[in-house]
Amino acid sequence: MTALSALIRRDIRIALRVGGGALIGVLFFLTVVVLMPFAVGPDLALLSRLGPAILWLGALLASLLTLDRLFMADHEDGSLDLITMSRTPLELACAAKALAHWLAAGLPLIVATPVLGLLLNLDMVATGAVALTLLAGTPALTFTGMIGAALAVTLHRGGLLMAVLVLPLSIPVLIFGVAASQAVIVGPMTFGAPFSILCALSLVSLVIGPFAAAASLKHGLD
Amino acid sequence: MNGLVRGKMQLSGRGVACVRGGREVFSGLDFGAASGEAVAVVGRNGSGKTSLLRLIAGLLVPAGGTIALDGGDAELTLPEQCHYLGHRDALKPALSVAENLAFWADFLGGERREAAESLATVGLDHATHLPAGFLSAGQRRRLSLARLLTVRRPVWLLDEPTNALDVAGQDMFGGLMREHLARGGMIIAATHAPLGIESRELRIGGAA
Repeated sequence: MTALSALIRRDIRIALRVGGGALIGVLFFLTVVVLMPFAVGPDLALLSRLGPAILWLGALLASLLTLDRLFMADHEDGSLDLITMSRTPLELACAAKALAHWLAAGLPLIVATPVLGLLLNLDMVATGAVALTLLAGTPALTFTGMIGAALAVTLHRGGLLMAVLVLPLSIPVLIFGVAASQAVIVGPMTFGAPFSILCALSLVSLVIGPFAAAASLKHGLD
Repeated sequence: MNGLVRGKMQLSGRGVACVRGGREVFSGLDFGAASGEAVAVVGRNGSGKTSLLRLIAGLLVPAGGTIALDGGDAELTLPEQCHYLGHRDALKPALSVAENLAFWADFLGGERREAAESLATVGLDHATHLPAGFLSAGQRRRLSLARLLTVRRPVWLLDEPTNALDVAGQDMFGGLMREHLARGGMIIAATHAPLGIESRELRIGGAA
């Protein structure tokens, strides 16, 4: 446990330091959402209809932005070698890194959502619903994205490859996340059903993600 | 003395083969090292010195043969009893010297000694709060050496360990290696420069 908490604390600390990923993700999220009303125009009804989708897309892209460095940085400076050699199972180390990434880069997005909801003409209930779906859904984005991040290390390609690999995997999360939010705003569907599926997606990725990422890293040892 | 010595240990490789990128680097390699012994792996560039260290560290999978450690901690695998000091320093530029060392001490676990003491030994005690990004190449190497001192492991795998160290640093490092051997540890080092301690030579890939 000491080892895992040390890893989580280190990754969060690095993310929060100057030049770390946490702030960049939130700023990117802010920028994407602020740009939307300019592109869509001042139609308030349209904005509030598109609001949840815009927030979800923004959060998805913002979490991808910093995710490709999840293993790459450790690979480049040799830390990944020592993590692989250590007594901590690689699967647990992967899970700890993903958790740290979610705490440092995912949670700030959710905290920023109420502010951005104002810009998209979402009322209190709708903003709350979007924030809740993001809280339930972003772990799935991080933990499936981690598989792509591990593959990017194995294949020695970063950035774009990562986006191409991970974005298709995040489609179900996006569908049910937006569906649950829309259910609150326009109905007539219930909030419960898509939200439950969203939670299930997160739980499944929580289990599969670390194993897939560790398998990819082990396979790509060099 | 500390609890590092758990009887005599013997590291042995039998018929080890290594294939990288479809090319056979070496094959049928036999080697051995015992407690208190240093082995200097020598050979020309590309002969597989680094690959051999990474094979022992479990970071590469051998294409043939076996590598085993007898007499170590039976509950731990060979890589878990090794320190690997590679070309890359495993340091985070955003974290301070003390934070970098504290992280590895906590993460690697096991028997350890005071981090401040190790930093004083390698001559970095004046820079504990400096971000590692500001360190010179030699200071980064000294900080990596502090990791070897803080977390006790019986097997040291060193890849060009004296790179970037100044003369005083090489002397200091020679002393640390002798101390490690005296405690019953073993050292396997890939090197071009003389190691600075008495060592057995393991030549791979023919004459240099």
